[in-house]
Amino acid sequence: MSHKPSSLRSPMSTVRGLGSAKDGVHHWWLQRVTAIVLIPLTVWFMCSLMSHVVGKDLQALKDWLGSPGVAITLLVLLSALFYHARLGLQVVIEDYVHCACKKTVLIIFITILFPVLTLISWMSVLKIHFWTI
Amino acid sequence: MSSIHQHRPLSPHLQIYRPQITSVLSITHRMTGVFLSIGSVFLAAWLWAAAYSEGYYLFWQSIIVEWYGIAALVAWTLAFYYHLCNGIRHLFWDMGRGFSIPNVTRSGIAVIVFAITLTALTWYNIVNEVLV
Repeated sequence: MSHKPSSLRSPMSTVRGLGSAKDGVHHWWLQRVTAIVLIPLTVWFMCSLMSHVVGKDLQALKDWLGSPGVAITLLVLLSALFYHARLGLQVVIEDYVHCACKKTVLIIFITILFPVLTLISWMSVLKIHFWTI
Repeated sequence: MSSIHQHRPLSPHLQIYRPQITSVLSITHRMTGVFLSIGSVFLAAWLWAAAYSEGYYLFWQSIIVEWYGIAALVAWTLAFYYHLCNGIRHLFWDMGRGFSIPNVTRSGIAVIVFAITLTALTWYNIVNEVLV
């Protein structure tokens, strides 16, 4: 790797590959990791909804969430889901919203909204889980 | 200056570009992603209702048996399976596989076929579940 004398980037900076924002592939990488986690978990969730929730009453949902395995799997799913959604929406906003102020406001909004949704759904799952026992 | 302009490649302006399976599936991945994110807000609201308010839960249950509730759920199911299948396609690309144009076209058609089939199977199951 040759270092161009005209470039202001140091060879060390090129090797680290973190780019000008010093963030590197962190965002890209986490989007892939959450995607990999979501493949089996969302398929499990779809199958579970069909066998435990669809066509049944609220008590059936509570009984299903009473199992610790189900509750912890659902907590992992919800965390990965809302994180993945936030990362994806951020890229879409960065690419298509050209007005800097709207872009900033929207990114602040989703950065707050999705962690809050994670907490709301965590509280709900945990409440149903411990309430049922 | 004019020669620089003449030799510059034009960026593909989506408004005048002929739609291709690659570009259409790519933008559909983003659109389904945004649509599913909106759905995730409803998922949180539904879980909250189940945990904290039976009345609110019954309100959601009454919405999803209306035609617009079912239409929304079918649309979300299709968007989910599309995003899942196309997401797997993206992960293969991330590993450097399946980049040739014939392969990209073939995997794109496979994604559409799988998404529609899985949606149909899911709703076939749901209809059976509810009617039985």
